[in-house]
Amino acid sequence: METKNNLKAWFYLAPMLILMAVFTFYPLINAFIISFYKDYLPLANNGTGSISGYTLHNYVVIFKNQLFWKAILNTFVLAFVSVPVSIIVSLFISVSLKAIPKLKGFFQTVFFLPYVTNAIAVGMAFAVLFHKDYGLFNVVLGLFKITPIDWIGGTASWWAQMSALMVFTIWSSLAFKILVFTSGLENIDKQYYDAARIDSASKWTIFKRITVPLLSPLILYISITSLIGALKAYNSVIGLFGEKLGGQPYSMITIVAFVYKYRADFAFQGFYSYAASAAIILFFITLIFSVLQTMVSRSRVHY
Amino acid sequence: MEIRMANLTKIFTSKKDKKEVHAVDHVDLTIPSGKLIGLLGPSGCGKSTTLYLIAGLLKQNEGQIFFEDDEVSEMPPEKRGIGLVFQNYALYPHMTVRDNILFPLQNLKVEKEEAKRRTIEMAELVGLQEMLDRKPKELSGGQQQRVAIARALVKKPRVLLLDEPLSNLDARLRLQTREEIKRIQRETGITTVFVTHDQEEAMSISDEIVVMKDGVIQQMGLPQEVYDHPLNLFVAKFLGNPQINVFEGDIKGGKVLIEDMHIESAKLPDQQILIGVRPEGFLVDNTLKSDFKFAVNLVETIGRDTTLIIDMPSEEGGLLDKKSFKVIVDASHRIQTGDLVHFTVKPEKMHLFDLDGGLLK
Repeated sequence: METKNNLKAWFYLAPMLILMAVFTFYPLINAFIISFYKDYLPLANNGTGSISGYTLHNYVVIFKNQLFWKAILNTFVLAFVSVPVSIIVSLFISVSLKAIPKLKGFFQTVFFLPYVTNAIAVGMAFAVLFHKDYGLFNVVLGLFKITPIDWIGGTASWWAQMSALMVFTIWSSLAFKILVFTSGLENIDKQYYDAARIDSASKWTIFKRITVPLLSPLILYISITSLIGALKAYNSVIGLFGEKLGGQPYSMITIVAFVYKYRADFAFQGFYSYAASAAIILFFITLIFSVLQTMVSRSRVHY
Repeated sequence: MEIRMANLTKIFTSKKDKKEVHAVDHVDLTIPSGKLIGLLGPSGCGKSTTLYLIAGLLKQNEGQIFFEDDEVSEMPPEKRGIGLVFQNYALYPHMTVRDNILFPLQNLKVEKEEAKRRTIEMAELVGLQEMLDRKPKELSGGQQQRVAIARALVKKPRVLLLDEPLSNLDARLRLQTREEIKRIQRETGITTVFVTHDQEEAMSISDEIVVMKDGVIQQMGLPQEVYDHPLNLFVAKFLGNPQINVFEGDIKGGKVLIEDMHIESAKLPDQQILIGVRPEGFLVDNTLKSDFKFAVNLVETIGRDTTLIIDMPSEEGGLLDKKSFKVIVDASHRIQTGDLVHFTVKPEKMHLFDLDGGLLK
């Protein structure tokens, strides 16, 4: 009986498992193997590729590469600022939306639009907004008599570029979070709020001590998924800065962009392996932070 | 703290067809200070709405609410100084019992040491001092209930409100908790209003009961007083278990007749009436051989009481048309199924109503 049921279960799982095997597990394992190839030339021997053994050297090359450390720095700053900020902002927006039931539907749509809009297109729009001479941001700053800042151009400082990228990233990641938090808020029993009012709790106390703890499982879920997403940032950089990946070439490079750059240059001996090693490093970074986050949150997520 | 409601009205408008429901309909009610009052009625009678209006969680369409001389009609709930125990307790699931009880005190900025002391005092009052560090879901229903009461009382409210406090408890806990509520109310002397649909519950712990129907107060008074002297058929039927027996009858020439059997005399004009007789209002009378007699269909003897179930003869004779009534007599009468039994009625257990359910006499 049990084996029969098991067989049935495997059949149901088969389509997903096959797809995962082909498009997730095989590439992952393969990337891992490629990252140890020595002198890899994927197109040699009529496309079967050639290697001259296995080595750890690819990782050494990566770790010695200035551009890689720049990518790590950019990615980390982007991820560890944009994720908490966007979670806090979207929480406040969701809670505020709850207070205006009549306009809620309208604003929910407004806030959700970025989610269904192409990142490259939005990035181009933001590139205009951040333009040194005509951009809205500088026009507004001009009202306060602040001299125009070059946000994304050739003379832009790292700080300006990072700020622009940050604003863009946060803005585009709000949509999904607001969606999740508003539906989460609707699932909180109204009686807790009635009880809190009877208990003379202020709005801020209700937010801090009732809403946030009751949403904590969702906040954990959102923070893990969006941290993983942020560590893989690439679209936003291309969208905002174009193929140059920054005001100056590669100034806003991220880990994924780094992987992509080396993968694109695979005709050079070993470059494909460098891309693979960088990808594997990213994989472990993501893994470590996800596990850390789950462990830290376990003590803070209620029920 | 006396609670006074004047002309209190709450109208709910359904979103679909714009139909208006008067959940609370021009209610004038004064709840005396320091008493435990049971708001009683069938579901949908407006009793919970009344409670939420007192709490301020709902806003009345008309009328006023006073706590003594202080008008609270326009005050938000947090300013009214009330303690409310919700039907499902609404304990904050992520806080320990201690934090649940402390929460209102922290909001009221009570000094830390005092807040701690009062929390422990409250926990002792409700008998939960051992449970302070548990989360609500680690407690039984009865314990959760007591945490909810402690949380409501810790801020020393002017009024304590309880919404169906016993409905989520099993039968044994219910008896225990209702004694507990009575004890806590006595010990604190706080004016307490509780809502229930269970007449037995209301009768057993309330100092006074208020019976409601369709948003209108039917009667208020001491439980036994309301039971003995119902002002209308609804109140008579709602109180008492088993329910009062209602017979269709007539008054002819000063005699009360059921199916042409002479029951009692009454100084009322000739008319059709409804006659309510409590199950315990019958006396077995086999010596005088009174006119009021029935064949017994079923006899249930439990302990000292015997319940006789008697089917009324009906003209249609169909099974569903059959009306039966219940008589509780002393078990010392050895009555068998099928016996023809003569009854007399205790006059104080009999109530005469007109066909609209209004009290006659």
